[in-house]
Amino acid sequence: MARVVVDVMLKSEILDPQGKAVHGALNRLGFDGVTAVRQGKRFEIELDGAATPEAVARIEQAASTLLSNPVIEDFELRVEQ
Amino acid sequence: MTIDTIEHAAKTPDQPQPWGELGLKADEYERIRELLGRRPTSAELAMYSVMWSEHCSYKSSKVHLRTFGELAQETSTGKLLAGIGENAGVVDIGQGYAVTFKVESHNHPSYVEPYQGAATGVGGIVRDILAMGARPIGVMDSLRFGPLEAADTQRVLPGVVAGVGGYGNCLGLPNIGGEVVFDPSYAGNPLVNALCVGVMRHEDLHLAHASGAGNKVILYGARTGGDGIGGVSVLASETFESEGPAKRPSVQVGDPFMEKLLIECTLELFAEGLVVGIQDLGGAGLSCATSELASAGDGGMHVVLDRVPLRDATLAPEEILMSESQERMMAVVEPAMVERFMRICEKWDVQADIVGEVNESGRLTIEWRGETVVDVPPRTVAHEGPVYQRPFARPAWQDTLQAAGPSTLARPSTGAELRSTLLRLIGSANLCSRAWITDQYDRYVLGNTVLAQPEDAGVLRVDPETGLGVALSTDANGRYAKLDPYLGAQLALAEAYRNVAVTGARPLAVTNCLNFGSPEDPAVMWQFAEAVRGLADGCRTLGTPVTGGNVSLYNQTGDTAILPTPVVGVLGVIDDVAGRVPSGFNTPGHIIYLLGDTDDEFGGSEWAHVVHGHLGGQPPAVRLDAERDLAELFYHAARDGLIAAAHDVSDGGLAQALSEAVLRHGVGARVWVPPELDPFVFLFSESTARAIVAVPHPEEVRFTGMCAARGVPHERIGVVDDADALDVQGQFTIGLDELRAAHEGTLPAAFGAD
Repeated sequence: MARVVVDVMLKSEILDPQGKAVHGALNRLGFDGVTAVRQGKRFEIELDGAATPEAVARIEQAASTLLSNPVIEDFELRVEQ
Repeated sequence: MTIDTIEHAAKTPDQPQPWGELGLKADEYERIRELLGRRPTSAELAMYSVMWSEHCSYKSSKVHLRTFGELAQETSTGKLLAGIGENAGVVDIGQGYAVTFKVESHNHPSYVEPYQGAATGVGGIVRDILAMGARPIGVMDSLRFGPLEAADTQRVLPGVVAGVGGYGNCLGLPNIGGEVVFDPSYAGNPLVNALCVGVMRHEDLHLAHASGAGNKVILYGARTGGDGIGGVSVLASETFESEGPAKRPSVQVGDPFMEKLLIECTLELFAEGLVVGIQDLGGAGLSCATSELASAGDGGMHVVLDRVPLRDATLAPEEILMSESQERMMAVVEPAMVERFMRICEKWDVQADIVGEVNESGRLTIEWRGETVVDVPPRTVAHEGPVYQRPFARPAWQDTLQAAGPSTLARPSTGAELRSTLLRLIGSANLCSRAWITDQYDRYVLGNTVLAQPEDAGVLRVDPETGLGVALSTDANGRYAKLDPYLGAQLALAEAYRNVAVTGARPLAVTNCLNFGSPEDPAVMWQFAEAVRGLADGCRTLGTPVTGGNVSLYNQTGDTAILPTPVVGVLGVIDDVAGRVPSGFNTPGHIIYLLGDTDDEFGGSEWAHVVHGHLGGQPPAVRLDAERDLAELFYHAARDGLIAAAHDVSDGGLAQALSEAVLRHGVGARVWVPPELDPFVFLFSESTARAIVAVPHPEEVRFTGMCAARGVPHERIGVVDDADALDVQGQFTIGLDELRAAHEGTLPAAFGAD
């Protein structure tokens, strides 16, 4: 059984209102020294078998079509055995 | 990295520039060189290219739009307080109130990224209204997509709807209506037209200008990032040479919470009298705001680009000038007021920076890293762009199209056939219930919504004491406009006008969003010219001035243009919203009247479209005098409390109007076919200037007397009952449950029931 982790982040030039709101809250609560926050999402995907190249390719396709919006987001994918 | 300064530009006249990639034509580029007496710097080229684009300069449409300016600039309540040319027109609605409203397109961005495209479309039109000094009080949206079942519609529609809803709901503005239309011509080119309405006291009106040397230019709101500057990256990559900036996104992302702060902050700045001139930053960003503010004022302006707060420090000056980052405004402020201005911005957590100063140089100069990168006469950027008299010609196929009328199409004749036709039509893409979409919008936030979808028009209360309110509707029928663009525009006007009138409001003024294909195609340009002429003539007859609007051209996929789609928004005023007339039947025993004349008119009809896939012939006749009589009748009948419900008859005909009226509150109706009419024509014709009303029995004599006195044709066609069915006597009966299932099941089935 393998686990594939997909991290999705907004592309760096895209405005991130959520990250901005978190940044504002950090400052208000006294967590100093933070200059920027960007918020993304993480998917942990359990496979029913080993992370073969074919299986990973399939998840990669899912990541680029369903899990992320390629117009405004990038994703990174890694395998955790 | 070299900075392309004006000195550098003067010394290197032969340096090749990517004007073609930026959408400029060779003669336009030559004209810029002529105006400046040298080649433009890359920053200047960026400004001219974006400001001279079709979207900003209206270069193909201007010569036609002038017709709107020739209309009398007044309504039945008085002169317009601001007309075409300002951010949005301002209409006097009495009691010291003024209303401003405008509709604008965000078609292309909504195709690329449906959610953000639609969301920023709403945000942009809200800032337009805000810049007039008005508090935004509601939004509407007019949407068009490809066929319901097409894969691309499945991608685009849910995103657009979620974007409109997400932004508007977060902002706390009610979405009070609009339209959703499906047609194959919009596949690959959806239309997203957003309307906003705002209200102010007369004395709070603010116009964009920058006068007074020494006044400060303040940019406030969100930081500037790389939003919406895909095209200009060719310039940046030249300037950056080998450093090669990251590929810039062309998607703008909206932040409705920032916009809410911007609204409250701006209104407080207005209230304290701290603003000399103001402009929202929309398309073309800083290029537009600086050049328009400077040329509307009396002198020049100097801007230091380094002072613009950036979200992304790697932006080049061209990119900063072109960025379409959302939620930004630019104000001109007297030096003595700056401190107070800054304090208010700080209170609302809105960043504000002095980026420049008004001067008397007559030029717009922009500085970057201590060097001058822009030095231009501002009017040449903002107002003196190219104007084209594009050739236009009635296409050869127009006659063929109009000759192929619907008379040969097989018609249902028996009661059973009429019954199944009705059920098929009310469940079809363009006539089915919009609840799946409109339920995603907050229609009642702020607590002033009196009527909203699925009513004919949205009605908002303006003054809680007197009950003064406004009514709004948007309409367009691309199939009618294809058959005859002149009449099509008038039919859109007539329907929006009627939708406002049936609520008991008095229609006052018009805004529009003209969506067409490529202006370089003479056939499209002819459609455009005809539609403008039709709308202007119609407005003249109805006495409703065009207060502003927007043109969206190049809406086409390959060589195929969309159906010509002149979206018309009508604003009306209602003296007391307590007297508004709803669209649904509500009380058994009320008598149903059909107002207006019914003729055999099926060209461009929903019946021909749905049942036969046919488009040809003539659209229904335009009857503007009858529309005006009808509106007058509704105004008086509503004021005297003679009608309990009124519903406009248009797309889908009487069958559609009756079905919607009985389903609204779940009461039945018994209807009989007038002896002189064919049952099919009676039920499905789309003749205009018609409406159905429910009249309480005790008011019947007064109501019919009023119709007779005003010359409005009226026919007693039925009665509201509690039989839970729509019964067309002698033809068929449909239970409300079956009717509801057919009407309401379509969109949930297509997009998921959740």
